Amino acid sequence: MRPKTNPTTSRIVRTTSWSAGPGCHGTCGVLAHIKNGKLIKIEGDPDHPWNQGRLCARCLAMTQYVYHPDRLTRPLKRVGARGEGKWREISWDEAYDWIEKEMKRIRREYGPESMIFTMGTGRDIGAWICMLAYAYGSPNVMFAMSGNACYSPRIAAVETALGDYCVPDASQWLPKRYDDPRYRVPQCLIIWGYNIPNTCPDNIFGHWFVDLMKRGTKIICVDPRMSWFACRAKKWLRLRAGTDGALAMGMLNVIVNHGLYDRNFVEKWTNAPLLVRSDTGKLLAARDLWNDAASDDFVVWDNKTKRPVAWLSSAVKTRTDARPALRGEYEVVLFDRKRISCKPVWEVFKQRIDEYPIERVAAITGVAARDIEEAARLFAGSKPAAVHWGLPIDSTPGITPTALAITDLWCLTGNLDVPGGNVFARHAFDAVSYALPGAEGVIKLATREMDEKRIGADKYGPFRKFIWRAQTDSVLDQIRSGNPYAVKGMWLQTGNLIAGIGFEPKKWQEALKKLDFVAAVDLFMTPTTQYADVVLPAASFLEKESVRSWWVPLQTINKAISIPECKPDVEINFELAKRFDPHFRWKTLHDLFDDIIKPSGMTFEQLQRKGFAFPPEGHPSAPYHRYKKGLLRKDGRPGFQTPSGLMELYSKLREEWGLDAMAHYEEPPFTPLSRPDLAKEYPLILGTGRRSAAFFNAEHRMIPWLRELDPDPVVEIHPDKAAELDIENGQWVWVETWLGRQRFKAKITIVVPPEMVMVPHGWWFPEKPGAEPSLFGAWESNINQLIPMNAQGEDGLGSPLKNLLCRVYKAVAEEQPS
Amino acid sequence: MKKETTRYGLLIDYEYCTGCFACEVACAQEFKRKAGTIKGIKVIEIEQRLSQTEGYLTYLPFPTENCVLCPHLTRKGGLPACVKACMASCMKYGPVDQLAKEMNRKPRLVLWAHR
Repeated sequence: MRPKTNPTTSRIVRTTSWSAGPGCHGTCGVLAHIKNGKLIKIEGDPDHPWNQGRLCARCLAMTQYVYHPDRLTRPLKRVGARGEGKWREISWDEAYDWIEKEMKRIRREYGPESMIFTMGTGRDIGAWICMLAYAYGSPNVMFAMSGNACYSPRIAAVETALGDYCVPDASQWLPKRYDDPRYRVPQCLIIWGYNIPNTCPDNIFGHWFVDLMKRGTKIICVDPRMSWFACRAKKWLRLRAGTDGALAMGMLNVIVNHGLYDRNFVEKWTNAPLLVRSDTGKLLAARDLWNDAASDDFVVWDNKTKRPVAWLSSAVKTRTDARPALRGEYEVVLFDRKRISCKPVWEVFKQRIDEYPIERVAAITGVAARDIEEAARLFAGSKPAAVHWGLPIDSTPGITPTALAITDLWCLTGNLDVPGGNVFARHAFDAVSYALPGAEGVIKLATREMDEKRIGADKYGPFRKFIWRAQTDSVLDQIRSGNPYAVKGMWLQTGNLIAGIGFEPKKWQEALKKLDFVAAVDLFMTPTTQYADVVLPAASFLEKESVRSWWVPLQTINKAISIPECKPDVEINFELAKRFDPHFRWKTLHDLFDDIIKPSGMTFEQLQRKGFAFPPEGHPSAPYHRYKKGLLRKDGRPGFQTPSGLMELYSKLREEWGLDAMAHYEEPPFTPLSRPDLAKEYPLILGTGRRSAAFFNAEHRMIPWLRELDPDPVVEIHPDKAAELDIENGQWVWVETWLGRQRFKAKITIVVPPEMVMVPHGWWFPEKPGAEPSLFGAWESNINQLIPMNAQGEDGLGSPLKNLLCRVYKAVAEEQPS
Repeated sequence: MKKETTRYGLLIDYEYCTGCFACEVACAQEFKRKAGTIKGIKVIEIEQRLSQTEGYLTYLPFPTENCVLCPHLTRKGGLPACVKACMASCMKYGPVDQLAKEMNRKPRLVLWAHR
């Protein structure tokens, strides 16, 4: 007889890795091996379709993470000055009571909006920080990066054109993955500025694209760095940093002018036929012609009757059967009898495209005209094909026009919502926990009026339509100026404003010092938590129950272990939300989770037993061809959730916001072309923020197995440039911009081109003293100190963190780190 | 006649190794090896400058003298920890004579025989 294993001493818990812990946005299935209540090992769940048994270095290091001696395990109350590093342990009750008292005082004296709720990148915090902010009554939830420049700008841009967001289809919506007969492997995939094997940001498992390569997908890699993908690409377009928009326009030029686009899609599903007024440059409204027309209707030119015909946006069709013109110029008579000339959007779009002949694009980007043409032809000739993009798209104030150009690329080539193309990424079962771009979640402000004081929303259109956060640069300005209203407090949850996400962090340090009350929630002390009045110890994903409703699959996070006194973010925020809001809707966490996943027809406990769930075919959150099947719009008509009901090559929303309505290129603000004066003093292109396989942003520097993989902050320098600057591999050097200088270890590598250096972000040294002036070494190798705030685009989005200017020189002996 | 024992090894497809270090940390976890000590496998970055403008970046997971091929796992039908975790699924475990037959399948493979 086999000996019975005692379930209380040894067991395996199946759960989902969603921070805190590995840090990423992914959702790997894991098996946590528990012995006597302690985590002894973690491995990938072979039955989970997301990672299929695989697991990354950061997750595999969880035993060192959860039992790390530096982990916060008691609430701490500051007893010295901010930054002095003096703390007293307090009980949870004392912490909650004090936070409640202080935050209620601020609310009473200054209004709820004077409290800012700050997070780093979202993960399993976004929903809960919104829940707390909204229960308190503040609309000011802040993702603390300048220009909100990570992902939500791309999401907003795609939704501007399509009404929904898209991601490349690596079969993640199909439980059987690559083997599902409905799936097709893309023949070609553009990896646009993405070092994706490192850290799996953006809810995508980076190695899916390696899986696809093994199955025959050819890669076009767009990257100034010789990345892993660049080396293995069929076509590597090594562009000058920040010129992505120009490259996309050049590719569109080839595809449109050589007739390589999907004509049927353009005619039937885009707003190419809608007329644009030549006098104002704006879309011709049906009301301009017929006073009884609906205010949101437009006009096409009917080639059959040679007359204008109304486009009924709500019905997604022309008033009468028409053969709309795509080219030419037409005279129409307005309601007031004025005669004006109009052109279809396609004509105007083509004129725009023609501003980017490939020779001009080659001069801007540094990519040879022939390579641009070959890449465009390879992409357009591959069926299906897809684009996957990374943060470099967000890292220019011209983010939206750049992202629109790339969206046009996958749409015009017929790759929208097809197997192996770019598919609509909706949350599984349309179960949405909180307001993400384009979605209204279960967790929301009690009234729309409460949203009116959200900082930056008055200035920037996308913040009124897609992005439900405060505009970060405007928040910093407002903390400093007190206009239009005073900011008095900050709730900081798992975001490292000083060493991880904030640019010009000394301004954030000064801002934090100015506030009446700062509360922080984290797993470790960081340079940022030094400025809090109270620090609460948070739990890792292994220590909590939670629900993950982000794309697919819908799943639960299941508790495997307990660390005494550490509490999950959701639990901390739930307790305080109940204290702030007498009408708080949920009694227990399970009530909240049940409510979020209600559209799936399951309760939290049912889903927990099931593990994960995929929406069935035919559900709006499952692919494919949804715009044809009428699955995207609330009214069930075929089409898109856009002002015209069509894919908008010319964006009505952008027009309304007073912005250029079509894709185009904007030279970033600090490049050799835009600032030749600065380039004389700072001759090298500075890229920042490249990922490390060992770390997620500013996390994990204290985890021994991870730190040994990537021990020092480095700057990548090309060997020819290093020789010119007399710099040897491993030497400490200064990287300097007009904002100051920081110290890095030279890594001499051909990965960067000679004219550029690349510096990873997020460096601080948990082994150094936490109190000022050291602040865990946060002022030594923190590249964010050299990145300007307030360089966002006209729509409040984007930041030039990957296309700056700098100089690099050796640190003399006494300047080397001790 | 003395019966020959089967030698096991790893077939490593270094074309697809992305240098993610999952294998190293998986090994560290499996054998509770401290940071700073040599693990059973080590990822080596090999940067190849092929001309003024061309290059090729390779990562090779190299099994070290400390690799024992996880007999405690393979005995039960499991995979060595590094192979199981490998994000790029670029390592295969098996008898070397069988793995050797796969060498013809594609370029950029190395076959490692356990000592």
